[in-house]
Amino acid sequence: MVALQNLSRRYGDHVALENLNLTVGAGEFFSLLGPSGCGKTTTLRLIAGFDRPDRGRVLLQGRDLTGAPPHQRPVNLVFQNYALFPHLSVWDNVAFGPRSLRLPEAEIRRRVGEVLEVVRLADLARRRPHQLSGGQQQRVALARALVNAPAALLLDEPLAALDPDLRRTMRAELQRIQRQVGITFVLVTHDREEALSLSDRLAVLHEGRLEQVGTPRQLYDSPRSAVVATFLGAANLFREGAGSGVRLLRPERLRLRSSAPAEGEQGMRARVRELVFQGATVEVRLRTDRNQALVAIDTAADVPNNLRVGSELWCCWNPADSHLLEEPA
Amino acid sequence: MNRIGGWLLGLASVLAFALLYAPIVVMVLFSFNAPRGRFNLVWQGFTLANWRQPLADAALTQAFLASLALALAAAVLAVLLGGLMALALGRVRLRGGRAIALLLALPLTNPEIVLATALLNLFVDLNLPRGPLTLLLSHSLFCLSYAALTLKARLAGFDPSLELAAQDLGAPPLAAFRRVTLPLLAPGLLAAGLLSFSLSFDDYVISSFTAGETVTLPLYLAGAFQREISPQIQVLSTLVLLVSGVLLILATPRSSGSGRR
Repeated sequence: MVALQNLSRRYGDHVALENLNLTVGAGEFFSLLGPSGCGKTTTLRLIAGFDRPDRGRVLLQGRDLTGAPPHQRPVNLVFQNYALFPHLSVWDNVAFGPRSLRLPEAEIRRRVGEVLEVVRLADLARRRPHQLSGGQQQRVALARALVNAPAALLLDEPLAALDPDLRRTMRAELQRIQRQVGITFVLVTHDREEALSLSDRLAVLHEGRLEQVGTPRQLYDSPRSAVVATFLGAANLFREGAGSGVRLLRPERLRLRSSAPAEGEQGMRARVRELVFQGATVEVRLRTDRNQALVAIDTAADVPNNLRVGSELWCCWNPADSHLLEEPA
Repeated sequence: MNRIGGWLLGLASVLAFALLYAPIVVMVLFSFNAPRGRFNLVWQGFTLANWRQPLADAALTQAFLASLALALAAAVLAVLLGGLMALALGRVRLRGGRAIALLLALPLTNPEIVLATALLNLFVDLNLPRGPLTLLLSHSLFCLSYAALTLKARLAGFDPSLELAAQDLGAPPLAAFRRVTLPLLAPGLLAAGLLSFSLSFDDYVISSFTAGETVTLPLYLAGAFQREISPQIQVLSTLVLLVSGVLLILATPRSSGSGRR
């Protein structure tokens, strides 16, 4: 569906993207995840046609679109700031695309009406963008980008401008809408929760390079590198012996006990440095005898009641729950 | 205390507005005067005769039409050129863009009489006969800075992603400009046009140096004291006031709905 081949882009001395290869399948919800400056937005701009790569190709449904201007590409973008046309009503904002494609008036009316139903905004069609709440503006932006039935919908940090509660609601809405319309979504985000909860697959980018691609589960449980491991969640990394590699143990895999490790378990003695109550869970920061920092996350109900800062206890884990990184650096 | 303060403030505002509008009120009033003799300067009595024949004073009408045509042409030229300059300064990352912006503002500080002398010098040296052409050239010149700066300020608040969004939705660049950028800039264009129009319409100093035989309204009025001050002067001026008032209201963004968030 969307295929990126050997994409590279530099701005002066800055390498924004280095030899990126990526394929997104039809109907897939795909995320590009990484910190700011990792190249994810550059990638999106290259797909949308707002920028040209120095090297490499952008293919859509098998067609090479590398040199095509934005208005000739069958993709549409939801801008981070929504970029709604302030002088047009909701209806006219959404109708902008079909009118640009010179569709017959009846077809335009049908499509706009339909997509406004999908995003549940049919009642507000006559409003201007400034008369809408942030969440409603977001829906207009989605509707406007969906109405042309693009081969792929590109979303640039679409939820970043919303407050946390609304973000959660809109996240669910995004998922519902994607399933309903069945269009390929390519989402750019630096929010790992967003990427993990929404994506069928995701790619982690770091300093212009692709670190790893996979399902959320694969990337969280079996990251290839320390960069991916730490970017997707809290991580305990153990250096195993001399030069043999680094092992990942997620904090929720650690069990805190006063008794020594059971049969088939591994364990370390550690002292509690900090206890952070987080509602459903408690985060426990510890330090081992060998001066290694550890983080454990446990459901609040399971943490021993007598646990205090300074308590000494055993951190135990099942070796099968740990994961050896391919690329320790 | 607070009440007295508010009362004083109200009084000061009323006085200020009274001062601002007194000449205008007098002007409108005297368009209804029935003067004795050739000078419409003393109130004699009410009549609608002047308004029935607004074009009765042939020389005045001719000067009025000349100024109207000149101001329109100068405004169109200034807005076109100024708009392009503002686009270039606002959009493209030009090398030395700051210097260019400064150069644009500099002529505003230049005394008008200096510019007028310089223009006359230039036209004489170029062997350009003074007349409608030199008038248009000099008027669009001094309007240009104002128009460009007005539009540059307007463009500074313009979100460039709007045009990208239009292209992304299938509009080729020119169509995106026409359907998104232009309508959003329209109030700015109108404001710049109005400003240029009024600057050109009432210019005396530069016109007096560059007009040649052409007589604009300000040039005519300045000489009118020696010939005749007909009530049609007030009639036409009131008409101009009405038209610019309407245009100004059109150019003013609705207070609630103008801004993007």
